Amino acid sequence: MNFLQIIGPVMIGPSSSHTLGAMRISKFVHKMIGEIPKYVEFYMHGSFAKTFKGHGTDRALLAGILGLKYDDERIKDSYSLARKMNLECSFITVDLGNVHPNTVRIKVQTQKGQHEIEGSSVGGGAIRIIKIDNVECELAWEYDTLMILNKDEPGALSKILSRMEANIANLFLKRINLLQATALTIIELDSPPERLDELLELPCVLECYFVPKDDFL
Amino acid sequence: MKFSELTSMEEKIDQPLHEVVLLSQMLEDGSDPIELRNKTRIILDAMLDICEKNYGRAQKTLTGLCGDNAHLFSRWQPQMMGEFNYFATVTALSVIEANAAMGRIVACPTAGSCGVVPAMAYALRKIKKISIDCLVDALIVAGAVGKCIAQTVSISGAVAGCQAEIGTATAMASAMAVYSLSKDSKRVSHAAALSLKSLMGLVCDPVGGFVEIPCVKRNAVAVNIAISTAEMALCGIRSVIPLDEVIEAMARVGRSLPEELRETGLGGIASTKTATDLLEKIRGESL
Repeated sequence: MNFLQIIGPVMIGPSSSHTLGAMRISKFVHKMIGEIPKYVEFYMHGSFAKTFKGHGTDRALLAGILGLKYDDERIKDSYSLARKMNLECSFITVDLGNVHPNTVRIKVQTQKGQHEIEGSSVGGGAIRIIKIDNVECELAWEYDTLMILNKDEPGALSKILSRMEANIANLFLKRINLLQATALTIIELDSPPERLDELLELPCVLECYFVPKDDFL
Repeated sequence: MKFSELTSMEEKIDQPLHEVVLLSQMLEDGSDPIELRNKTRIILDAMLDICEKNYGRAQKTLTGLCGDNAHLFSRWQPQMMGEFNYFATVTALSVIEANAAMGRIVACPTAGSCGVVPAMAYALRKIKKISIDCLVDALIVAGAVGKCIAQTVSISGAVAGCQAEIGTATAMASAMAVYSLSKDSKRVSHAAALSLKSLMGLVCDPVGGFVEIPCVKRNAVAVNIAISTAEMALCGIRSVIPLDEVIEAMARVGRSLPEELRETGLGGIASTKTATDLLEKIRGESL
């Protein structure tokens, strides 16, 4: 543990789990899609569902989708910022089942398509991304993270991995759609991949998203 | 990590405690001491800036359960408090009310206890005219005290009650004051131990789970506890039970706290009739 985690971070109140942690989950989504989406739905579970207004969790989630910094004082006004940026949003309370009490599912509609990410705020601003487009995972966003939608065919993974120069910390892989023969590969890396564009040249790679490690301290 | 390990290392290598903390952090995770110091400086600057901007300001908080305490207190002519305590108390109220109003804060160690250490830092800067460099050293030492607690107990109210949040913040603030005024690491450990002993077993019972009641006033009281324990330690008063043992006791107490008293909003003052009525009213106003 680093003592900087104890004396910080600089953030917007009132709660590291209900504002900062929530915002980090939606900022992960913002970084992944690389744009402000046209439409976003937040499905609030557990304590998030019960207390989100009083904790400003809704404003923090919106601020994250807009890509604001964690100590930006405009987080409070994220509803009007979202309106200005033509982002439509809605908040729905829901029971997501046996997950952490501070969990949100985020559905975004972008120019290119739809994504659905689920994350939990586990305390002190720490988070776990637990599902990306139906692939279960457990990302603390402490690594550079690469998400690849690839063809579900033999050898696809080995082709992808042969283009990695960085060391792999964790890897998740799951078939998404048997009919369309697609799978999602999520890779946590010790350093950013050097030749991201080369990955996209591989015929088995359909889409590729890179989220750099989050330095929130 | 035990605090006594740091003080014995200090004797062995004959370096001031804040340097020992930086070195031990480097040995633990490879952090660059210069970068650690720079980041600490950034955090201190943010603290002082936040204190200055919010001092005595009325705030509009999310639930409306608080927001004018700092403003009210800042216009009061204190009858009993001295200048330092009064200034620190106004600051603590101001910062924690800014937190409840979605203002910028430093979670040192948590958002719910964000008024205590910054209030002490601001009072040391403004009233005692302590230099920024010296405050950076003292914040590094306070961070080490907080880290010892975090590793043995927790700094989360949901895990070990408010003693882990306000208790830790108070220990850190007293450590910061003693180190900036004396550079004496033994006295730092006594101040921190006296603080933790004063707040041992404090429960986390926020009304509705929101960081407002009783958190706001608790931050203000806590900085006064930190001032008194620091003052006692500075004059040479010792904690009979050493800091590391107090921290272990705190961990045992935290484990024996029932769930209702750990940030669930179910026990303590959160379960009083007035609290329940207030919540119904707030929910009625569509919160």
